[in-house]
Amino acid sequence: MVLDFAACMLVLAGGFLGGILRFTISGAVARRIGETFPWGTLVVNVTGDMVIGGLAGTVATAGGALATAAFREFAIVGVLGGYTTVSSFALQTLSLAVQGEPRRAALNVVGSTALGLAAVGIGFALAARLLA
Amino acid sequence: MMLYLAVGCGAAIGALARFLSAPMLLALFGLGPLWATGFVNVAGSFIIGLFATLTGPDGRWLVKPATRQFVMSGFCGGFTTFSAMSLDTFTLAADGHWGVAGAYIGLSLALSLAAVWFGRVLALRFKPTVSA
Repeated sequence: MVLDFAACMLVLAGGFLGGILRFTISGAVARRIGETFPWGTLVVNVTGDMVIGGLAGTVATAGGALATAAFREFAIVGVLGGYTTVSSFALQTLSLAVQGEPRRAALNVVGSTALGLAAVGIGFALAARLLA
Repeated sequence: MMLYLAVGCGAAIGALARFLSAPMLLALFGLGPLWATGFVNVAGSFIIGLFATLTGPDGRWLVKPATRQFVMSGFCGGFTTFSAMSLDTFTLAADGHWGVAGAYIGLSLALSLAAVWFGRVLALRFKPTVSA
């Protein structure tokens, strides 16, 4: 397996930015709305899904500069991959379940997934429409 | 400030580990990119469940808040990815592979939740030893 040093650096830099962005935004949302439901992680995952859908729509419609490996490594694998998270989502769902809030736990799973998939579709359609 | 740096560095390392998981799983087991995304999400959920419980209020390990955030919000958050999982599901469905799309997202979510729960159960077996 050949390791591409430049690609690894792009993923590291993107992951660093994405992680800090997630920590900042999810923290701000949690402080504003409260922490009885994991809104912070939900907002991060749904907005990240909208952006990744938009980027996929852009690449599919316009191709060009965004279809490069370097852009994918930095923005998609690094920033967006670092920004969105399954681990916090899973941990917060488990916390709700063990705290006797099974309905909220189920709502978090169904809501995050449904809103996330809808956000990918909306992002994709928006990009395709704007660039067509 | 320290917390943000800890999260950023953890997320950068997590993102790189995720990036390297794909070629490793392909070389070792012949598994494609969908399996790689599934693997990081399930593994990251297990690690956060284990670590959060071990270092929690009545856990066995006492670690600094920055260390806790480095591993949980940082590494696990950067290692796992909600956006790639959503985009893969969307792409599969858009290509008409509805069954695969449903199985992929359903299994990813179910196994991630099972993994975070298993991590917690395992950590609870290592209760703090009571000193005389």
